[in-house]
Amino acid sequence: MSRSVKIFAGSALATALATVPALSEPLGLGRAAMPDEIAAWDRTVMPDGRGLPEGGGNVFDGEDLWVDYCAACHGDFGEGMGNWPVIAGGRNTLTHDSPKKTVGSYWPYLSTVWDYTNRSMPFGAAQTLTSDEVYAIVAYILYSNDLVDDDFELTHENFTEIELPNEAGFYEDDRDDTEVPLFSGDPCMSDCRDPVQVTFRAVLLDVTPDDPAGARARAEMMGETVDHGDHDEEAATPETTREEEVQTASLDPAQVAAGAALFPRQCGTCHQVGDGARNGAGPALNGIIGATAGHADGFRYSPAITGAADDGLVWDADALHAFLEDPRSYLPRNRMSYRGMSNADDRAAIIAYLASYSD
Amino acid sequence: MTDTPHDDTHKEGPSRRAFLRGGALAAAGVGAGVGAARAATPDPLITEVQPWAQFLGDGVDVAPYGMPIRFEGDVIRRNVEWLTADTISSINFTPIHALDGTITPQGCAFERHHSGAIELSKPDYRLMLNGLVDRPLVFSYDDLERFPREQHVYFCECAANGGMEWAGAQLNGAQYTHGMVHNMEYTGVSLRTLLNEAGVKPEGSWVYAEGADAASNGRSIPLDKALDDCLVAFKANGEALRMEHGYPVRLVVPGWEANMWLKWLRRLTVTDGPVHAREETSKYTDLMPDGRARKFTFVMDAKSVITAPSPQVPIRHGAGPLVLSGLAWSGRGRITRVDVSLDGGVSWQTARIAGDAKPMALTRFYLDIDWDGSEMFLQSRCVDETGYVQPTKDALREIRGLNSIYHNNGIQTWWVKPDGEVENVEVG
Repeated sequence: MSRSVKIFAGSALATALATVPALSEPLGLGRAAMPDEIAAWDRTVMPDGRGLPEGGGNVFDGEDLWVDYCAACHGDFGEGMGNWPVIAGGRNTLTHDSPKKTVGSYWPYLSTVWDYTNRSMPFGAAQTLTSDEVYAIVAYILYSNDLVDDDFELTHENFTEIELPNEAGFYEDDRDDTEVPLFSGDPCMSDCRDPVQVTFRAVLLDVTPDDPAGARARAEMMGETVDHGDHDEEAATPETTREEEVQTASLDPAQVAAGAALFPRQCGTCHQVGDGARNGAGPALNGIIGATAGHADGFRYSPAITGAADDGLVWDADALHAFLEDPRSYLPRNRMSYRGMSNADDRAAIIAYLASYSD
Repeated sequence: MTDTPHDDTHKEGPSRRAFLRGGALAAAGVGAGVGAARAATPDPLITEVQPWAQFLGDGVDVAPYGMPIRFEGDVIRRNVEWLTADTISSINFTPIHALDGTITPQGCAFERHHSGAIELSKPDYRLMLNGLVDRPLVFSYDDLERFPREQHVYFCECAANGGMEWAGAQLNGAQYTHGMVHNMEYTGVSLRTLLNEAGVKPEGSWVYAEGADAASNGRSIPLDKALDDCLVAFKANGEALRMEHGYPVRLVVPGWEANMWLKWLRRLTVTDGPVHAREETSKYTDLMPDGRARKFTFVMDAKSVITAPSPQVPIRHGAGPLVLSGLAWSGRGRITRVDVSLDGGVSWQTARIAGDAKPMALTRFYLDIDWDGSEMFLQSRCVDETGYVQPTKDALREIRGLNSIYHNNGIQTWWVKPDGEVENVEVG
């Protein structure tokens, strides 16, 4: 194959290869990989379809799965929520100022879509989909990109008949030919250009993060040089913390702490709670206890949630217990990509933790 | 008798405080001069006995594994919240503006993961070699430690380092413009040794490497590179890899984009072609102005940046002796030269390279100047052993346009103002 020749041409690595010592005899370490082990881990699918398991799924089933597993981040139609990847649309935008790189507009091979969905999705519950579910979701992705009709079924047999529109849109790294010659040679040392003027200032965009940690550290040091501060600790306790302590007096602190420990991994990928909590893939959860379903301002709830709100669903502890235990059964077709929390103590801890952030 | 911790504290305290006092005066509008050191009255830090010179410090059991002293609490990784959808599939930035030398401490070396940093113990660790090999094998962690070891220092740079700056100066700090890079001394087994153990079949031409996390990120690596200098590493800077860098085992792909340095490495499959996985098609491909995209842009082009002064490290001491400190690196080999301009690229002088410049490793350079207190437009420009000269941002844009995201190695400009404040700017 020519690919590596090109990559190494003109690079220091080409000469380094000649100095690689001859390979010695194997040491006999490790053990033979068993066929079942290889099958479990090696799920690679190649662009020519090698590695695909038998099976299939249609657009119709794919849409249901998409709403359940994918829409919370990628939107109902693959349009992408927040900063999450856009999956559909974007055709003929690759030369625009803001190109949309989607499966339909950019990705070269359908195998990549199948492989990535199969191995890495849904986010936070990877490798929980069956092969047929993956086929169905990929069929829906093709449909949402206007590449197949709504009665389409994708199977291992017709898989390689699908060509993505941008397959020819890629070429191998050519920097060694197109850039290196331009960027080599004796660099200029004097009178290299006219005197300069500022044409662009980062500060005008004002998108650099503030530096609270640095500011705190510096303030701490400054404070010390001014006074040796026995009262520093007290002064540093924010008022809000005290108010929260009062509010949460009726909650079991151990339960709240347990919930605080569970929240980041169980919920924190999509939900924020506490000071400055904002809507993300899921709504902000401040004040959810006792609120009517769909309480977070500005969050685009699924019809399942808004419908339940219309029916008067209030998130009291009982309702949250039932919802968190099995979200899909409790509210079918809601968009929360979460399988459920079977342990009642864990659920109670999460609920206590959320209650500690009542409005 | 003075023990070492006391000695450190003693040296650290006054200089930091003097620095801070200068900062305080500047903040109060008194002026950015070096007030404390040139005070008209005797310095109480010298004339009065200080508490650390009277009382006792920490015992040896206080910090069995030490963290930096609290005064360095601002030298930390930081993320840019708006950059990604959440912090699980995200990246943060090495505080290169506050470090010197070349080795990046693991605790502040940038992290990038796609499904979060996972806990994978050595007893639970398995590495599989399969595909086009004579003997598909499974190794435990202990097996890996029985192969002959190698040690090398390499930089690891995300292909998107500087990616936010394509359309113009955007983030005001070297940490954010150039901090998706770290440099560590790795200990491990050469990938060549492991592939030899399994025996690569003649039709094998690529190696697909995959991680054990939920993202199961995977990348295709040409066999030539895999047999050349890749390392299956389990130690960095002398100690075990950190969880966020792939504990217990990661792949090291010297000089090539960091996405290929698979963390929590669990599988190496020899194939007859690239897999074209998600991270080598939909991402980590470089969209060009004609709407086509470069793929397999593995090597990191030569790049340099002045780390201090920089927007997060303004000049507080006023005119006079000033150290310009910076980093340079190249995925094609050694850095042979770094030039620095004080006037935005009109004229250049060659900086001093500190220590030995190692191939595909961060290299520190210094330029010691006598600053006259006037405005400067600081730039650095490196040259590597292949003769490649770091280009200007405009030269890159002429070829690549504004939408290629990755591999931005253009020359950085810092605007130093007479008051010592520094801004990320572009000049024309």
